Amino acid sequence: MRRLVLALLILLPAAAGRAEDMADPLGSPLWPDIRAQVLGKDAYVFDARVEVTAPASAENSAQLPVAVRVHGLSVRQIVLFADYNPIPRILALRPLDAEPYVATRFKINMASPVRAAALAEDGLWHVGGVWVDAAGGGCTVASAASADAAWQSRLGETASRAWAKGKGSRVRLHMIHPMDTGLAAGIPAFYLEKSRISAADGKVLAELETFEPVSENPILTLEVRGRAGPGGFRFEGRDNNGNLFQSRIQEGGPG
Amino acid sequence: MKRLVLAVLLLLTAAAQAAEPRRYGLEPEKVAPDTYVFVGKTENFSPANGGNIVNTGFIVTKAGVVVIDTGPSLLYGREMRQAIAKVTPLPVVRVINTHLHPDHIFGNQAFADVGIEALPATIRGEEAHGKAFADNMYRMVGAWMQGTELHPPSRQLPRAVQTVGGHRLEMIAVQGHTDADLMVLDHATGVLFASDMAFLDRAPTTPHAEPAAWVAALDEMAKLPFTVLIPGHGRPDKERRAIRQTRDWLAWLDATLRRVAEDGLEMTEAMAQPIPERFAGMALAREEFVRSVSHLYPRLEQASLRRTGP
Repeated sequence: MRRLVLALLILLPAAAGRAEDMADPLGSPLWPDIRAQVLGKDAYVFDARVEVTAPASAENSAQLPVAVRVHGLSVRQIVLFADYNPIPRILALRPLDAEPYVATRFKINMASPVRAAALAEDGLWHVGGVWVDAAGGGCTVASAASADAAWQSRLGETASRAWAKGKGSRVRLHMIHPMDTGLAAGIPAFYLEKSRISAADGKVLAELETFEPVSENPILTLEVRGRAGPGGFRFEGRDNNGNLFQSRIQEGGPG
Repeated sequence: MKRLVLAVLLLLTAAAQAAEPRRYGLEPEKVAPDTYVFVGKTENFSPANGGNIVNTGFIVTKAGVVVIDTGPSLLYGREMRQAIAKVTPLPVVRVINTHLHPDHIFGNQAFADVGIEALPATIRGEEAHGKAFADNMYRMVGAWMQGTELHPPSRQLPRAVQTVGGHRLEMIAVQGHTDADLMVLDHATGVLFASDMAFLDRAPTTPHAEPAAWVAALDEMAKLPFTVLIPGHGRPDKERRAIRQTRDWLAWLDATLRRVAEDGLEMTEAMAQPIPERFAGMALAREEFVRSVSHLYPRLEQASLRRTGP
């Protein structure tokens, strides 16, 4: 028994090593490449506490829902990515004063592991994920907006809402934006790039980077500390063409 | 030399396997006088079932055979025709597509000489989505689709009530499962071919559905004078269960998704909602519920949000 404990003690730090890749629980042969691309040489562990939720197969490859929640870890940053997408990274969240949680929808190009890596206070990336089957084509199809000039007048229109949840709030925001990947012929990349959510007093609660794979007319769900109050939360975003978007997120529906 | 013999033997075995005819083994089930149904499995598309997951049917009139839906593939359509020929020497005179979905239309090629009829919106839908449907069918059921190509209907259904060889057939155009669903009520036999407006013991599918319109149409369907209902999927129904069950599922689905959207749930949370015990006997309930969330939830969650400016 003692020998087993000793062996485990020796193994555990090795498992968190950098150069050598651990056996991927999702069994993807591309894991070493994708790990290098997304995490560089940073140390990581596979960790079931990083919970990625997505349907087993994509009914609509242009709008695959995904949620990430990290349990029991203090998290500085979460990166969401799909191994086999031509552009793997989907989004990155810094939950400054927010829960380590985010949900959205994204374009999946073929069956792929969908993973989240959470950078915790221990300096390690904690990686979890699921396999999603997909007919594919999500990333290389032009947005509906790119074929319809009328949509341009609605660019950046937002709808949002906050819900009280425990001591904090869940916020949801939907925006009209083509989120073109640049992979469809003749249509340049055009996507929401950076956004943040602040309290009414200006304190930044969460910073979010979104990448090309996030679905057209993105919908984002986050959980921040505090309540919306009369001033509401403030959303500010910018796309890769420099367009700025602002919106106030308050409790209560359209009524 | 030995090697050559081995190679030849291997080739012959492979050829024999390739030549083994792939067959659905369609057997018509008589559900009323002159009226037959090919009852499909209550499964998802798979390479094992070849897409035989749908009900198609035919009515033998004195003026010839009326075919209602043609199944998922050219092979299926051909087998239908062979099976019909064993029942009657009369020719197929009418072929109807009830709606645009791939499991109902890809046997059309086998009836190309007769010509296919459908509602105008169904014809437009097949022309618009048919190629994508075909790609998806090849992906999901594979070799069963061999030789299958889109063959959209060439004729719009002419009149609401038509008498064909002594059978007074009422063509009833409704909406809900898609934007154009055709049901055929045979007043001579009391059989209602309900298309995919009714499912039985198999969860309804919703990729083009409008639940509120569908529920309203089901309430009207319940008033029709039929004795046997042929659902698009599931056993022929003499107990009027299919309409009630389909309505119950759709009303629950719609109410559940509205409620969780209003509560701020995101899509994967909506997909994880519990399914009531009363639907336990329904095939594919969880799978279809998850698919339905993909189809129906975006509009409902957007309706739960408030337009917000700076």
